[in-house]
Amino acid sequence: MTPSFQYQQKARMGLVHLALLGYTLIALFPIVLVIINSFKSRSAIFNDPLSLPDTGSFTLVGYAKVLQESDILLYFGNSLLVTVIPLFLVLLFGAMAAWALSEYRFRGNRLLALFLAMGIMVPIRLGTVSILETMVSLNLVNTHLALILVYTAMGLPLAIFILTEFIGQVPNELKEAARCDGITEIRLFFQIILPLVRPAVATVAVFTMVPMWNDLWFPLILAPGDATKTIQLGVQQFIGQYATDWNSVLAALSLAVLPILVLYVFFSQQLISGLTSGAVK
Amino acid sequence: MQRAFPWHLIFFLAPAVIIYTVFSAYPLLDTLRLSFFTDSESGERSFAGLSNFVTLLGNAVWSEAFWNAMWNNTQFFLIHLLVQNPIGLGLAALLSLKGLRGARTYRTLIFLPTLLSVVIIGFIWQLILSPLWGVSENFLYALGLGQYFDAWLGKESSALITLSLISVWQFIGIPMMLIYASLLSIPDELLEAAKVDGASPFRIFWRIKVPLILPTLGLVTILTFVGNFNTFELVYAVKGALAGPDYSTDIMGTFFYRTFFGYQSQLGSATMGATVATMMFLVILTGVMAYFYLVQRRLTRYQL
Repeated sequence: MTPSFQYQQKARMGLVHLALLGYTLIALFPIVLVIINSFKSRSAIFNDPLSLPDTGSFTLVGYAKVLQESDILLYFGNSLLVTVIPLFLVLLFGAMAAWALSEYRFRGNRLLALFLAMGIMVPIRLGTVSILETMVSLNLVNTHLALILVYTAMGLPLAIFILTEFIGQVPNELKEAARCDGITEIRLFFQIILPLVRPAVATVAVFTMVPMWNDLWFPLILAPGDATKTIQLGVQQFIGQYATDWNSVLAALSLAVLPILVLYVFFSQQLISGLTSGAVK
Repeated sequence: MQRAFPWHLIFFLAPAVIIYTVFSAYPLLDTLRLSFFTDSESGERSFAGLSNFVTLLGNAVWSEAFWNAMWNNTQFFLIHLLVQNPIGLGLAALLSLKGLRGARTYRTLIFLPTLLSVVIIGFIWQLILSPLWGVSENFLYALGLGQYFDAWLGKESSALITLSLISVWQFIGIPMMLIYASLLSIPDELLEAAKVDGASPFRIFWRIKVPLILPTLGLVTILTFVGNFNTFELVYAVKGALAGPDYSTDIMGTFFYRTFFGYQSQLGSATMGATVATMMFLVILTGVMAYFYLVQRRLTRYQL
Protein backbone atom coordinates (compact mmCIF):
# COMPACT_ATOMS: atom_id res chain seq x y z
CA MET A 1 0.00 0.00 0.00
CA THR A 2 1.35 3.37 -0.92
CA PRO A 3 1.20 6.14 1.69
CA SER A 4 -1.12 8.25 -0.45
CA PHE A 5 -3.60 5.39 -0.72
CA GLN A 6 -3.56 4.96 3.04
CA TYR A 7 -4.10 8.66 3.43
CA GLN A 8 -7.08 8.56 1.10
CA GLN A 9 -8.52 5.61 3.00
CA LYS A 10 -8.22 7.51 6.27
CA ALA A 11 -9.81 10.61 4.84
CA ARG A 12 -12.71 8.54 3.55
CA MET A 13 -13.26 6.94 6.94
CA GLY A 14 -13.17 10.41 8.45
CA LEU A 15 -16.02 11.49 6.21
CA VAL A 16 -18.03 8.40 7.13
CA HIS A 17 -17.58 9.20 10.82
CA LEU A 18 -18.58 12.78 10.18
CA ALA A 19 -21.82 11.70 8.51
CA LEU A 20 -22.70 9.18 11.20
CA LEU A 21 -21.79 11.56 13.99
CA GLY A 22 -23.92 14.23 12.37
CA TYR A 23 -26.94 11.97 12.20
CA THR A 24 -26.40 10.75 15.76
CA LEU A 25 -26.50 14.38 16.89
CA ILE A 26 -29.77 14.93 15.01
CA ALA A 27 -31.21 11.84 16.69
CA LEU A 28 -30.17 12.79 20.21
CA PHE A 29 -30.30 16.58 20.24
CA PRO A 30 -34.05 17.02 20.88
CA ILE A 31 -34.04 14.55 23.77
CA VAL A 32 -30.91 15.96 25.37
CA LEU A 33 -32.19 19.51 24.95
CA VAL A 34 -35.40 18.73 26.82
CA ILE A 35 -33.60 16.95 29.64
CA ILE A 36 -31.00 19.65 30.28
CA ASN A 37 -33.58 22.42 30.18
CA SER A 38 -35.83 20.59 32.61
CA PHE A 39 -33.22 21.41 35.29
CA LYS A 40 -33.10 25.12 34.51
CA SER A 41 -34.96 28.19 35.65
CA ARG A 42 -37.52 29.71 33.34
CA SER A 43 -35.34 32.62 32.33
CA ALA A 44 -32.41 30.33 31.55
CA ILE A 45 -34.67 28.08 29.47
CA PHE A 46 -35.56 31.00 27.25
CA ASN A 47 -32.37 33.05 27.27
CA ASP A 48 -29.86 30.29 26.86
CA PRO A 49 -31.52 27.02 25.91
CA LEU A 50 -28.32 25.36 24.72
CA SER A 51 -26.23 25.74 27.87
CA LEU A 52 -26.01 23.21 30.66
CA PRO A 53 -27.59 24.14 33.98
CA ASP A 54 -25.13 25.90 36.27
CA THR A 55 -25.29 27.04 39.89
CA GLY A 56 -27.20 30.13 38.86
CA SER A 57 -29.81 28.48 36.70
CA PHE A 58 -30.22 25.04 38.29
CA THR A 59 -33.65 24.37 39.72
CA LEU A 60 -35.95 21.43 40.34
CA VAL A 61 -39.07 23.55 40.46
CA GLY A 62 -40.57 21.80 37.43
CA TYR A 63 -40.12 18.37 38.95
CA ALA A 64 -41.56 19.53 42.25
CA LYS A 65 -44.61 20.87 40.48
CA VAL A 66 -45.16 17.69 38.48
CA LEU A 67 -44.91 15.54 41.60
CA GLN A 68 -47.24 17.84 43.50
CA GLU A 69 -49.86 18.61 40.90
CA SER A 70 -50.22 15.24 39.26
CA ASP A 71 -50.31 11.65 40.41
CA ILE A 72 -47.37 10.86 38.20
CA LEU A 73 -46.06 8.13 40.49
CA LEU A 74 -49.43 6.42 40.40
CA TYR A 75 -49.41 6.69 36.60
CA PHE A 76 -45.97 5.11 36.54
CA GLY A 77 -47.28 2.30 38.69
CA ASN A 78 -50.25 1.81 36.36
CA SER A 79 -48.04 1.73 33.29
CA LEU A 80 -45.74 -0.75 34.97
CA LEU A 81 -48.68 -2.97 35.88
CA VAL A 82 -50.23 -2.98 32.42
CA THR A 83 -46.85 -3.60 30.79
CA VAL A 84 -45.25 -6.21 33.04
CA ILE A 85 -48.25 -8.51 33.47
CA PRO A 86 -49.15 -8.71 29.75
CA LEU A 87 -45.45 -9.12 28.99
CA PHE A 88 -45.25 -12.14 31.27
CA LEU A 89 -48.45 -13.61 29.81
CA VAL A 90 -47.34 -13.03 26.22
CA LEU A 91 -44.00 -14.72 26.82
CA LEU A 92 -45.48 -17.68 28.70
CA PHE A 93 -48.54 -18.32 26.52
CA GLY A 94 -46.65 -17.37 23.37
CA ALA A 95 -43.85 -19.84 24.05
CA MET A 96 -46.34 -22.56 24.92
CA ALA A 97 -48.30 -22.03 21.70
CA ALA A 98 -45.10 -21.77 19.66
CA TRP A 99 -43.92 -25.08 21.08
CA ALA A 100 -47.22 -26.79 20.25
CA LEU A 101 -47.22 -25.39 16.71
CA SER A 102 -43.64 -26.36 15.94
CA GLU A 103 -43.52 -29.71 17.74
CA TYR A 104 -46.81 -31.51 17.23
CA ARG A 105 -48.43 -32.49 13.98
CA PHE A 106 -52.16 -32.18 14.19
CA ARG A 107 -54.97 -31.35 11.82
CA GLY A 108 -55.29 -27.60 11.26
CA ASN A 109 -51.77 -26.80 12.48
CA ARG A 110 -50.87 -24.57 9.52
CA LEU A 111 -54.26 -22.95 9.52
CA LEU A 112 -54.00 -22.12 13.21
CA ALA A 113 -50.51 -20.70 12.70
CA LEU A 114 -51.83 -18.53 9.88
CA PHE A 115 -54.79 -17.38 11.98
CA LEU A 116 -52.43 -16.31 14.76
CA ALA A 117 -49.99 -14.68 12.34
CA MET A 118 -52.73 -12.50 10.91
CA GLY A 119 -52.53 -10.41 14.04
CA ILE A 120 -49.02 -9.30 13.04
CA MET A 121 -50.28 -7.48 9.98
CA VAL A 122 -53.80 -6.45 11.00
CA PRO A 123 -53.63 -3.85 13.78
CA ILE A 124 -55.70 -4.69 16.85
CA ARG A 125 -56.89 -1.07 16.95
CA LEU A 126 -59.28 -1.69 14.06
CA GLY A 127 -61.36 -3.78 16.44
CA THR A 128 -61.63 -0.99 19.01
CA VAL A 129 -65.38 -0.43 18.67
CA SER A 130 -66.12 -4.04 19.50
CA ILE A 131 -63.39 -4.24 22.16
CA LEU A 132 -64.96 -1.31 23.99
CA GLU A 133 -68.42 -2.90 23.80
CA THR A 134 -67.02 -6.17 25.14
CA MET A 135 -65.31 -4.36 28.00
CA VAL A 136 -68.49 -2.44 28.80
CA SER A 137 -70.51 -5.64 28.93
CA LEU A 138 -67.87 -7.35 31.10
CA ASN A 139 -67.80 -4.29 33.37
CA LEU A 140 -64.08 -3.90 32.79
CA VAL A 141 -63.92 -0.28 31.65
CA ASN A 142 -61.46 1.70 33.77
CA THR A 143 -59.78 -1.39 35.10
CA HIS A 144 -56.21 -2.56 34.66
CA LEU A 145 -57.54 -5.91 33.54
CA ALA A 146 -59.03 -4.43 30.36
CA LEU A 147 -55.61 -3.16 29.25
CA ILE A 148 -53.87 -6.35 30.38
CA LEU A 149 -56.16 -8.52 28.26
CA VAL A 150 -55.95 -6.31 25.18
CA TYR A 151 -52.16 -5.96 25.38
CA THR A 152 -51.76 -9.71 25.81
CA ALA A 153 -53.83 -10.28 22.68
CA MET A 154 -51.82 -7.57 20.91
CA GLY A 155 -48.41 -9.05 21.75
CA LEU A 156 -49.12 -12.73 21.14
CA PRO A 157 -49.01 -12.96 17.30
CA LEU A 158 -45.47 -11.62 16.83
CA ALA A 159 -44.20 -13.49 19.89
CA ILE A 160 -45.59 -16.80 18.63
CA PHE A 161 -44.24 -16.17 15.14
CA ILE A 162 -40.67 -15.46 16.31
CA LEU A 163 -40.60 -18.15 19.01
CA THR A 164 -41.88 -20.84 16.63
CA GLU A 165 -38.76 -20.32 14.50
CA PHE A 166 -36.46 -20.59 17.50
CA ILE A 167 -38.14 -23.57 19.09
CA GLY A 168 -38.05 -25.36 15.74
CA GLN A 169 -34.25 -25.19 15.90
CA VAL A 170 -33.96 -27.22 19.11
CA PRO A 171 -32.27 -30.48 18.07
CA ASN A 172 -34.47 -33.56 17.94
CA GLU A 173 -32.01 -35.80 19.78
CA LEU A 174 -32.40 -33.69 22.87
CA LYS A 175 -36.17 -34.07 22.95
CA GLU A 176 -36.03 -37.79 22.17
CA ALA A 177 -33.49 -38.39 24.89
CA ALA A 178 -35.71 -36.65 27.41
CA ARG A 179 -38.76 -38.59 26.25
CA CYS A 180 -36.86 -41.87 26.61
CA ASP A 181 -36.41 -40.97 30.26
CA GLY A 182 -40.20 -40.97 30.51
CA ILE A 183 -40.66 -37.24 31.02
CA THR A 184 -44.15 -35.79 30.38
CA GLU A 185 -44.64 -33.37 27.51
CA ILE A 186 -45.43 -30.55 29.92
CA ARG A 187 -42.27 -31.08 31.97
CA LEU A 188 -40.26 -31.44 28.78
CA PHE A 189 -41.40 -27.99 27.75
CA PHE A 190 -40.90 -26.21 31.05
CA GLN A 191 -37.68 -27.90 32.18
CA ILE A 192 -35.82 -28.37 28.93
CA ILE A 193 -37.21 -26.34 26.04
CA LEU A 194 -37.99 -23.08 27.80
CA PRO A 195 -34.51 -22.65 29.35
CA LEU A 196 -32.97 -23.41 25.94
CA VAL A 197 -34.79 -20.63 24.11
CA ARG A 198 -34.24 -18.04 26.82
CA PRO A 199 -32.20 -15.69 24.60
CA ALA A 200 -35.01 -15.58 22.04
CA VAL A 201 -37.54 -14.97 24.79
CA ALA A 202 -35.51 -11.99 25.96
CA THR A 203 -35.49 -10.51 22.46
CA VAL A 204 -39.23 -11.00 22.09
CA ALA A 205 -39.68 -9.37 25.50
CA VAL A 206 -38.19 -6.09 24.32
CA PHE A 207 -40.30 -6.03 21.14
CA THR A 208 -43.43 -6.79 23.12
CA MET A 209 -42.85 -4.35 25.92
CA VAL A 210 -42.17 -1.13 24.03
CA PRO A 211 -45.52 -0.83 22.19
CA MET A 212 -47.41 -1.56 25.42
CA TRP A 213 -45.53 0.99 27.48
CA ASN A 214 -45.84 3.65 24.79
CA ASP A 215 -49.47 3.11 23.84
CA LEU A 216 -51.90 6.00 24.20
CA TRP A 217 -54.89 4.69 22.24
CA PHE A 218 -56.19 1.97 24.55
CA PRO A 219 -55.58 3.84 27.83
CA LEU A 220 -57.48 6.78 26.34
CA ILE A 221 -60.43 4.61 25.33
CA LEU A 222 -60.55 1.77 27.84
CA ALA A 223 -59.07 3.21 31.02
CA PRO A 224 -59.05 7.01 31.10
CA GLY A 225 -60.07 7.15 34.78
CA ASP A 226 -57.72 8.68 37.31
CA ALA A 227 -57.05 5.42 39.11
CA THR A 228 -55.99 3.53 35.98
CA LYS A 229 -54.36 6.29 33.91
CA THR A 230 -51.02 5.29 32.37
CA ILE A 231 -47.99 7.53 32.21
CA GLN A 232 -48.53 8.41 28.52
CA LEU A 233 -52.08 9.53 29.12
CA GLY A 234 -51.19 11.25 32.38
CA VAL A 235 -48.35 13.22 30.81
CA GLN A 236 -50.46 14.09 27.78
CA GLN A 237 -53.21 15.53 29.96
CA PHE A 238 -50.80 17.21 32.36
CA ILE A 239 -49.09 19.01 29.50
CA GLY A 240 -52.43 20.02 28.05
CA GLN A 241 -53.30 21.59 31.38
CA TYR A 242 -49.97 23.27 32.15
CA ALA A 243 -48.95 24.10 28.60
CA THR A 244 -47.56 27.53 29.49
CA ASP A 245 -45.58 26.32 32.49
CA TRP A 246 -42.39 25.39 30.69
CA ASN A 247 -40.57 24.09 33.75
CA SER A 248 -43.33 21.60 34.49
CA VAL A 249 -43.76 20.55 30.87
CA LEU A 250 -40.05 19.86 30.43
CA ALA A 251 -39.89 18.00 33.74
CA ALA A 252 -42.92 15.87 32.87
CA LEU A 253 -41.41 14.96 29.49
CA SER A 254 -38.06 14.08 31.06
CA LEU A 255 -39.75 11.88 33.66
CA ALA A 256 -41.69 10.08 30.95
CA VAL A 257 -38.53 9.42 28.92
CA LEU A 258 -36.43 8.28 31.86
CA PRO A 259 -37.58 4.65 32.35
CA ILE A 260 -37.02 3.76 28.71
CA LEU A 261 -33.60 5.42 28.77
CA VAL A 262 -32.59 3.42 31.83
CA LEU A 263 -33.88 0.17 30.34
CA TYR A 264 -32.14 0.92 27.06
CA VAL A 265 -28.79 1.31 28.79
CA PHE A 266 -29.14 -2.25 30.04
CA PHE A 267 -30.89 -3.98 27.16
CA SER A 268 -29.79 -2.18 24.00
CA GLN A 269 -27.34 -4.91 22.97
CA GLN A 270 -30.00 -7.56 23.43
CA LEU A 271 -32.50 -5.62 21.39
CA ILE A 272 -30.15 -4.78 18.58
CA SER A 273 -28.64 -8.22 18.25
CA GLY A 274 -32.23 -9.50 18.11
CA LEU A 275 -33.07 -7.10 15.32
CA THR A 276 -29.95 -7.73 13.32
CA SER A 277 -29.95 -11.51 13.70
CA GLY A 278 -32.96 -11.42 11.41
CA ALA A 279 -35.35 -12.51 14.12
CA VAL A 280 -38.06 -10.34 12.65
CA LYS A 281 -37.46 -10.93 8.98
CA MET B 1 -55.13 -47.95 17.55
CA GLN B 2 -57.10 -45.22 19.25
CA ARG B 3 -54.69 -42.60 20.53
CA ALA B 4 -55.18 -40.80 23.81
CA PHE B 5 -56.86 -37.43 23.55
CA PRO B 6 -54.06 -34.85 23.14
CA TRP B 7 -54.64 -32.99 26.40
CA HIS B 8 -51.15 -31.52 26.30
CA LEU B 9 -52.01 -29.87 22.98
CA ILE B 10 -54.99 -28.14 24.56
CA PHE B 11 -52.87 -27.15 27.53
CA PHE B 12 -50.21 -25.50 25.35
CA LEU B 13 -52.50 -23.84 22.84
CA ALA B 14 -55.64 -22.85 24.71
CA PRO B 15 -54.47 -19.78 26.67
CA ALA B 16 -52.93 -18.01 23.68
CA VAL B 17 -55.67 -18.97 21.24
CA ILE B 18 -58.49 -17.98 23.59
CA ILE B 19 -57.08 -14.56 24.55
CA TYR B 20 -56.12 -13.77 20.96
CA THR B 21 -59.50 -14.86 19.62
CA VAL B 22 -61.62 -13.07 22.20
CA PHE B 23 -59.72 -9.77 22.31
CA SER B 24 -58.25 -9.47 18.83
CA ALA B 25 -59.70 -11.69 16.11
CA TYR B 26 -63.35 -11.62 17.21
CA PRO B 27 -63.45 -7.83 17.80
CA LEU B 28 -62.09 -7.29 14.31
CA LEU B 29 -64.78 -9.45 12.71
CA ASP B 30 -67.44 -7.97 14.97
CA THR B 31 -66.35 -4.47 13.95
CA LEU B 32 -66.72 -5.42 10.30
CA ARG B 33 -70.19 -6.75 11.14
CA LEU B 34 -71.16 -3.60 13.06
CA SER B 35 -70.47 -1.48 10.01
CA PHE B 36 -73.70 -2.93 8.54
CA PHE B 37 -75.79 -1.87 11.52
CA THR B 38 -77.12 1.39 12.85
CA ASP B 39 -78.17 2.59 16.32
CA SER B 40 -81.45 4.41 16.80
CA GLU B 41 -81.65 7.31 19.25
CA SER B 42 -83.10 5.03 21.89
CA GLY B 43 -80.05 2.81 21.48
CA GLU B 44 -81.64 -0.05 19.56
CA ARG B 45 -79.40 -1.62 16.97
CA SER B 46 -80.79 -2.67 13.62
CA PHE B 47 -79.44 -4.00 10.35
CA ALA B 48 -78.88 -1.19 7.87
CA GLY B 49 -77.21 -2.83 4.91
CA LEU B 50 -74.71 -0.61 3.21
CA SER B 51 -76.30 2.64 4.36
CA ASN B 52 -73.34 3.59 6.62
CA PHE B 53 -71.02 3.28 3.67
CA VAL B 54 -73.41 5.27 1.50
CA THR B 55 -73.37 8.01 4.13
CA LEU B 56 -69.60 7.93 4.53
CA LEU B 57 -68.88 8.11 0.82
CA GLY B 58 -72.01 9.82 -0.48
CA ASN B 59 -72.96 12.47 2.08
CA ALA B 60 -71.04 15.65 1.26
CA VAL B 61 -69.94 16.42 4.83
CA TRP B 62 -68.87 12.87 5.59
CA SER B 63 -67.20 12.14 2.30
CA GLU B 64 -65.21 15.37 2.34
CA ALA B 65 -63.86 14.55 5.79
CA PHE B 66 -63.19 10.96 4.82
CA TRP B 67 -61.30 11.73 1.63
CA ASN B 68 -59.41 14.52 3.34
CA ALA B 69 -58.18 12.09 6.01
CA MET B 70 -57.42 9.45 3.38
CA TRP B 71 -55.45 11.84 1.19
CA ASN B 72 -53.56 13.29 4.17
CA ASN B 73 -52.73 9.79 5.30
CA THR B 74 -51.48 8.92 1.83
CA GLN B 75 -49.22 11.98 1.86
CA PHE B 76 -48.05 11.03 5.34
CA PHE B 77 -47.08 7.60 4.00
CA LEU B 78 -45.46 8.89 0.81
CA ILE B 79 -43.27 11.31 2.76
CA HIS B 80 -42.17 8.42 4.97
CA LEU B 81 -41.35 6.38 1.91
CA LEU B 82 -39.40 9.10 0.14
CA VAL B 83 -37.42 10.27 3.15
CA GLN B 84 -37.01 7.29 5.43
CA ASN B 85 -35.94 4.66 2.91
CA PRO B 86 -33.05 6.64 1.37
CA ILE B 87 -31.79 7.86 4.75
CA GLY B 88 -32.20 4.40 6.27
CA LEU B 89 -30.34 2.85 3.36
CA GLY B 90 -27.58 5.45 3.57
CA LEU B 91 -27.07 5.00 7.31
CA ALA B 92 -27.14 1.22 6.99
CA ALA B 93 -24.61 1.33 4.14
CA LEU B 94 -22.23 3.46 6.21
CA LEU B 95 -22.68 1.33 9.32
CA SER B 96 -21.94 -1.88 7.43
CA LEU B 97 -18.61 -0.62 6.06
CA LYS B 98 -15.74 -2.95 6.90
CA GLY B 99 -13.42 -1.76 9.64
CA LEU B 100 -15.69 1.03 10.85
CA ARG B 101 -14.98 1.72 14.49
CA GLY B 102 -17.84 2.52 16.82
CA ALA B 103 -20.55 1.10 14.54
CA ARG B 104 -22.21 -0.43 17.59
CA THR B 105 -22.36 2.90 19.42
CA TYR B 106 -23.74 4.75 16.41
CA ARG B 107 -26.55 2.30 15.75
CA THR B 108 -27.48 2.11 19.42
CA LEU B 109 -27.77 5.88 19.68
CA ILE B 110 -29.56 6.40 16.36
CA PHE B 111 -32.09 3.74 17.31
CA LEU B 112 -32.97 5.39 20.62
CA PRO B 113 -35.82 7.71 19.50
CA THR B 114 -37.65 4.74 17.99
CA LEU B 115 -38.21 3.34 21.47
CA LEU B 116 -39.66 6.49 22.99
CA SER B 117 -43.35 7.13 23.08
CA VAL B 118 -44.85 8.97 20.13
CA VAL B 119 -46.70 11.28 22.53
CA ILE B 120 -43.48 12.40 24.20
CA ILE B 121 -41.69 12.81 20.88
CA GLY B 122 -44.60 14.91 19.59
CA PHE B 123 -44.43 17.26 22.56
CA ILE B 124 -40.65 17.51 22.42
CA TRP B 125 -40.72 18.59 18.78
CA GLN B 126 -43.59 20.93 19.42
CA LEU B 127 -41.41 22.72 21.95
CA ILE B 128 -38.37 22.75 19.72
CA LEU B 129 -40.26 24.10 16.72
CA SER B 130 -42.16 26.61 18.82
CA PRO B 131 -41.52 30.24 17.84
CA LEU B 132 -41.94 31.03 21.56
CA TRP B 133 -38.83 29.16 22.54
CA GLY B 134 -36.95 30.02 19.40
CA VAL B 135 -34.47 27.16 19.52
CA SER B 136 -34.94 26.14 15.91
CA GLU B 137 -35.23 29.75 14.77
CA ASN B 138 -31.88 30.66 16.32
CA PHE B 139 -30.39 27.52 14.92
CA LEU B 140 -31.46 28.49 11.40
CA TYR B 141 -30.12 32.01 11.92
CA ALA B 142 -26.79 30.53 12.94
CA LEU B 143 -26.75 28.71 9.60
CA GLY B 144 -27.72 31.89 7.80
CA LEU B 145 -31.17 30.49 6.97
CA GLY B 146 -33.13 32.45 9.55
CA GLN B 147 -35.53 33.99 7.09
CA TYR B 148 -36.90 30.54 6.25
CA PHE B 149 -38.13 29.90 9.78
CA ASP B 150 -41.86 29.68 10.21
CA ALA B 151 -44.36 28.26 12.68
CA TRP B 152 -44.44 25.10 10.59
CA LEU B 153 -46.71 23.12 12.88
CA GLY B 154 -49.29 25.88 12.93
CA LYS B 155 -49.67 26.45 9.18
CA GLU B 156 -52.11 24.59 7.05
CA SER B 157 -49.59 24.28 4.23
CA SER B 158 -46.77 22.81 6.29
CA ALA B 159 -48.23 21.12 9.39
CA LEU B 160 -48.74 17.70 7.81
CA ILE B 161 -45.28 17.65 6.21
CA THR B 162 -43.71 18.67 9.51
CA LEU B 163 -45.54 15.94 11.40
CA SER B 164 -44.49 13.37 8.79
CA LEU B 165 -40.86 14.41 9.13
CA ILE B 166 -41.06 14.18 12.93
CA SER B 167 -42.40 10.67 12.53
CA VAL B 168 -39.62 9.78 10.08
CA TRP B 169 -37.07 11.18 12.53
CA GLN B 170 -38.44 8.96 15.26
CA PHE B 171 -38.76 5.70 13.32
CA ILE B 172 -35.69 5.85 11.07
CA GLY B 173 -34.11 3.23 13.35
CA ILE B 174 -36.33 0.44 12.03
CA PRO B 175 -35.46 0.68 8.30
CA MET B 176 -31.85 1.33 9.26
CA MET B 177 -31.60 -1.83 11.37
CA LEU B 178 -33.47 -4.11 8.99
CA ILE B 179 -31.45 -2.95 5.99
CA TYR B 180 -28.23 -3.12 8.00
CA ALA B 181 -29.01 -6.73 8.96
CA SER B 182 -29.69 -7.68 5.39
CA LEU B 183 -26.51 -5.96 4.16
CA LEU B 184 -24.50 -7.95 6.70
CA SER B 185 -26.06 -11.19 5.51
CA ILE B 186 -24.69 -10.81 1.96
CA PRO B 187 -22.00 -13.50 1.58
CA ASP B 188 -18.42 -12.19 1.51
CA GLU B 189 -17.47 -14.43 -1.44
CA LEU B 190 -19.93 -12.61 -3.64
CA LEU B 191 -18.43 -9.22 -2.83
CA GLU B 192 -14.86 -10.56 -3.11
CA ALA B 193 -15.63 -11.99 -6.54
CA ALA B 194 -16.95 -8.64 -7.73
CA LYS B 195 -13.90 -6.89 -6.33
CA VAL B 196 -11.56 -9.30 -8.12
CA ASP B 197 -13.43 -8.55 -11.33
CA GLY B 198 -12.52 -4.92 -10.81
CA ALA B 199 -15.89 -3.49 -9.78
CA SER B 200 -15.70 -0.21 -7.87
CA PRO B 201 -17.22 -0.03 -4.36
CA PHE B 202 -19.87 2.28 -5.78
CA ARG B 203 -20.79 -0.22 -8.47
CA ILE B 204 -20.79 -3.11 -6.01
CA PHE B 205 -23.21 -1.21 -3.85
CA TRP B 206 -25.73 -0.38 -6.59
CA ARG B 207 -25.41 -3.48 -8.73
CA ILE B 208 -25.00 -6.19 -6.11
CA LYS B 209 -26.00 -5.04 -2.68
CA VAL B 210 -29.09 -2.98 -3.48
CA PRO B 211 -30.78 -5.70 -5.60
CA LEU B 212 -30.08 -8.21 -2.83
CA ILE B 213 -31.72 -6.10 -0.16
CA LEU B 214 -34.81 -5.25 -2.22
CA PRO B 215 -36.93 -7.78 -0.28
CA THR B 216 -36.00 -5.94 2.92
CA LEU B 217 -36.96 -2.61 1.38
CA GLY B 218 -40.29 -4.19 0.44
CA LEU B 219 -40.78 -5.39 4.01
CA VAL B 220 -39.89 -1.96 5.42
CA THR B 221 -42.37 -0.36 3.04
CA ILE B 222 -45.27 -2.59 4.02
CA LEU B 223 -44.50 -2.23 7.75
CA THR B 224 -44.48 1.54 7.29
CA PHE B 225 -47.72 1.41 5.33
CA VAL B 226 -49.57 -0.57 7.99
CA GLY B 227 -48.12 1.57 10.77
CA ASN B 228 -48.98 4.85 9.03
CA PHE B 229 -52.56 3.89 8.26
CA ASN B 230 -53.48 3.12 11.83
CA THR B 231 -51.41 5.69 13.68
CA PHE B 232 -53.07 8.30 15.81
CA GLU B 233 -50.82 9.38 18.69
CA LEU B 234 -48.58 11.92 16.98
CA VAL B 235 -51.38 13.98 15.46
CA TYR B 236 -53.48 13.66 18.61
CA ALA B 237 -50.62 14.75 20.89
CA VAL B 238 -49.51 17.69 18.79
CA LYS B 239 -52.73 18.90 17.17
CA GLY B 240 -55.48 17.32 19.28
CA ALA B 241 -58.45 15.27 18.07
CA LEU B 242 -59.49 18.04 15.68
CA ALA B 243 -56.22 17.66 13.74
CA GLY B 244 -55.93 21.33 12.93
CA PRO B 245 -55.38 23.77 11.47
CA ASP B 246 -58.67 23.23 9.64
CA TYR B 247 -58.26 19.41 9.55
CA SER B 248 -55.09 19.74 7.50
CA THR B 249 -53.37 17.08 9.63
CA ASP B 250 -56.38 14.78 9.93
CA ILE B 251 -55.45 11.17 9.20
CA MET B 252 -57.50 7.97 9.36
CA GLY B 253 -56.67 7.34 13.04
CA THR B 254 -57.87 10.75 14.22
CA PHE B 255 -60.89 10.64 11.89
CA PHE B 256 -61.81 7.23 13.31
CA TYR B 257 -61.43 8.54 16.86
CA ARG B 258 -63.67 11.55 16.24
CA THR B 259 -66.28 9.49 14.44
CA PHE B 260 -66.42 6.96 17.25
CA PHE B 261 -66.37 9.37 20.20
CA GLY B 262 -67.82 12.51 18.72
CA TYR B 263 -66.45 16.03 18.92
CA GLN B 264 -67.92 19.45 19.48
CA SER B 265 -71.55 19.32 18.32
CA GLN B 266 -71.37 15.99 16.54
CA LEU B 267 -72.28 12.93 18.57
CA GLY B 268 -70.09 9.86 18.44
CA SER B 269 -71.41 6.75 16.76
CA ALA B 270 -70.20 3.21 17.33
CA THR B 271 -71.55 1.97 14.03
CA MET B 272 -70.14 4.84 11.97
CA GLY B 273 -66.86 4.30 13.86
CA ALA B 274 -66.99 0.66 12.83
CA THR B 275 -67.60 1.77 9.25
CA VAL B 276 -64.49 3.95 9.26
CA ALA B 277 -62.52 1.10 10.87
CA THR B 278 -63.76 -1.21 8.11
CA MET B 279 -62.51 1.21 5.47
CA MET B 280 -59.13 1.33 7.25
CA PHE B 281 -59.11 -2.45 7.31
CA LEU B 282 -59.78 -2.56 3.56
CA VAL B 283 -56.95 -0.11 2.87
CA ILE B 284 -54.49 -2.06 5.01
CA LEU B 285 -55.65 -5.38 3.56
CA THR B 286 -55.18 -4.07 0.01
CA GLY B 287 -51.67 -2.93 0.88
CA VAL B 288 -50.71 -6.21 2.52
CA MET B 289 -52.14 -8.29 -0.34
CA ALA B 290 -50.38 -6.16 -2.91
CA TYR B 291 -47.16 -6.70 -0.98
CA PHE B 292 -47.53 -10.46 -0.80
CA TYR B 293 -48.72 -11.00 -4.35
CA LEU B 294 -46.69 -8.48 -6.30
CA VAL B 295 -43.62 -7.43 -4.38
CA GLN B 296 -42.84 -10.63 -2.57
CA ARG B 297 -43.30 -12.86 -5.62
CA ARG B 298 -41.13 -10.72 -7.87
CA LEU B 299 -38.44 -10.16 -5.32
CA THR B 300 -37.86 -13.68 -4.10
CA ARG B 301 -35.97 -14.29 -7.33
CA TYR B 302 -33.11 -12.30 -5.89
CA GLN B 303 -33.10 -14.06 -2.59
CA LEU B 304 -30.07 -16.20 -1.90
